[in-house]
Amino acid sequence: MKTRDEIAQALGAAGYVADGELATAISLMQLLRRPLLLEGEAGVGKTEVAKALAVVYATELIRLQCYEGLDQSAALYEWNYQRQLLSIQAHHGADADAVEDRIFSEKYLLERPLLAAIRRDKAPVLLIDEIDRADDEFEAFLLELLSDFQISIPELGTIKATSIPHVVLTSNGTRELSDALRRRCLYHYVDYPDVEREARIIMARIDGAGASLSLQIARMVEGIRKEELRKVPGVAETLDWAAALVGLNVKDLHDAPETVHETLMCLLKTQEDRARVTREVGERLLGRVA
Amino acid sequence: MSCCGVSPDIEDINELSRLVSSKLAAFLRTLRDSGFAVGLAEGRDAAALMAAGYAARPGLLRTAFKHLFSARKSDWEKFDGIFDAFWLGKRVRSRSVITGTAKAANNPSLKSLSGHTAEPHADGNMAADQIPSTEGADHDRSGEGRMEGASAAENIAETDFRYLADSEQIKQAHLAAARLARAMRTRLTRRDLARRRGYRIDLRRTIHGNISRGGVPITLVKRQRKQKPLRLVVLLDASGSMSMYTGVFLRFIHGVLDEFREAEAFLFHTRLAHVSDAMKERDAGRALDRLSIMAQGAGGGTRIGESLQTFNRWHAARVLHSRSCVMIVSDGYETGDVALLGREMATLGRRCRRIVWLNPMMGWQGYTPEARGIKAALPYIDLYAPANTLQSLTALEPYLARL
Repeated sequence: MKTRDEIAQALGAAGYVADGELATAISLMQLLRRPLLLEGEAGVGKTEVAKALAVVYATELIRLQCYEGLDQSAALYEWNYQRQLLSIQAHHGADADAVEDRIFSEKYLLERPLLAAIRRDKAPVLLIDEIDRADDEFEAFLLELLSDFQISIPELGTIKATSIPHVVLTSNGTRELSDALRRRCLYHYVDYPDVEREARIIMARIDGAGASLSLQIARMVEGIRKEELRKVPGVAETLDWAAALVGLNVKDLHDAPETVHETLMCLLKTQEDRARVTREVGERLLGRVA
Repeated sequence: MSCCGVSPDIEDINELSRLVSSKLAAFLRTLRDSGFAVGLAEGRDAAALMAAGYAARPGLLRTAFKHLFSARKSDWEKFDGIFDAFWLGKRVRSRSVITGTAKAANNPSLKSLSGHTAEPHADGNMAADQIPSTEGADHDRSGEGRMEGASAAENIAETDFRYLADSEQIKQAHLAAARLARAMRTRLTRRDLARRRGYRIDLRRTIHGNISRGGVPITLVKRQRKQKPLRLVVLLDASGSMSMYTGVFLRFIHGVLDEFREAEAFLFHTRLAHVSDAMKERDAGRALDRLSIMAQGAGGGTRIGESLQTFNRWHAARVLHSRSCVMIVSDGYETGDVALLGREMATLGRRCRRIVWLNPMMGWQGYTPEARGIKAALPYIDLYAPANTLQSLTALEPYLARL
């Protein structure tokens, strides 16, 4: 159990620069034992929260990436059919009950992320990534798991959680989530960071990015986000760009306008956006960066 | 995490917790009235939070409650306002200090608190954006209408919506539109149930299913692609030139949103407004009231191109996927930039499966698509159809079912 300020510090040490509200959300997670639902645009660092959290708690991160058509056998458990068959063939003629007991034992059970998450001795961080991509049915099933933390396997019986995982769900909002799931979770909206926080993120994540360069980059990115773009660059793109500039030995954006313009491809990911941020626009934005 | 230095007497705690919990209950009611999905479990957790010392620091309590009670971005954004109006307007600071003092029951501010807690029950409006809950009357009205409307619907099926003059006819048209929306949905999803046999064998499941037979595959398990329901996105022109039709289509959209599992609705005139949430109000009359405010255009004219641009930029990524059908209901009288309309139609066309453009004017005798807007948009439209009578709306149904 950590207090809010300790969490903020520990997150910082783990390389995630959190705002005060997120630290509160995480302290509530442990207090109320509720999952945390993170929503926000792509690339604002939702997944990173879970990764940092695993570092903070010094525990394992178990990740379930959701996709359309994800079902229980990929998310929860599955029997190892091949081995079961082999075993049946190998013990041909043996007592049927004995064979059945053997092939439906834990030895033949394949653990998938959700089952793995509740069977650890030390509570892991369970990241359910992009839950909005999974189907409604899976969401309903997940809801049940998140409230009871037990799984029933018909052939084996009910498996109770040995430890309650810290659950983090992320959503990009491609599909509306059910009210039931939303209600079950703590909610946090992850927004694009402000200039100062983004600069701190760059400094924390990119070796060799100095304070002044980081601030310049953050200001420039903020300017670009205000342009009419099809795909607004996220924090991940900012970090890519910062890494590129550092790698190209840029110490000050004003010294190398040419490099700045050429490396903008790290931020602008469509042809349209690339065409929109012309050299003139780039220079105008650069002019505003102190 | 505890901030209370001295622990109060048991009796004081009981007294205090009673007051706090009644106050909390009033707050939860305020949240529910403002559209938050707040259940019993949230109330319990909120009480636990206050007991854990959060109540002593209003700023922290607000953040904590915000995480607990919000369920979506819109909640997230309006929560602070509601919280401040409810708690800070009544000085939570002075009250929560009590959590830490031993003589809580003698504290005058505590007594004044008990007076305050009665208030919300009486007047029931503390927050700014609260929706009055007067359900009874509205429900009765719509109940009556439904019974009358059923048989007379045929008569008005071929009447242009423009000529529906008296309120009774209009009401019937609305009901018919809602019924139609429901019927379209049934037709569309029945396709999901009528399953063909699978097109390939699922090996894993076949083996699993035949383990009892020693692994000899006797019964086969097949796979088939899962049929997903169509998503319908309706963009309704609510400008002055469409005013005769707006009412009926709003009702139609209300029915569609109610019945389709996946549907979104937008209104546009000079700008675009996302109205799905307002439309999800169960009671049609109330939903329409909320919308009529949104539907009032700022200034005159219709900027279809600009509205589409807003849609493409801010909403398309979220509401459109490859199984989406975009239905634009408009007369195509564009007062903005026609070239922009063409460009945005092209962008929209790339993102969705079909674009259906319903034009009420098209049913008029001697109408030819000469509005500049329509001319620019036509190349990108998959279906261009009249929609001035209920019959013409019904005629769309088989087309939508094929998508």
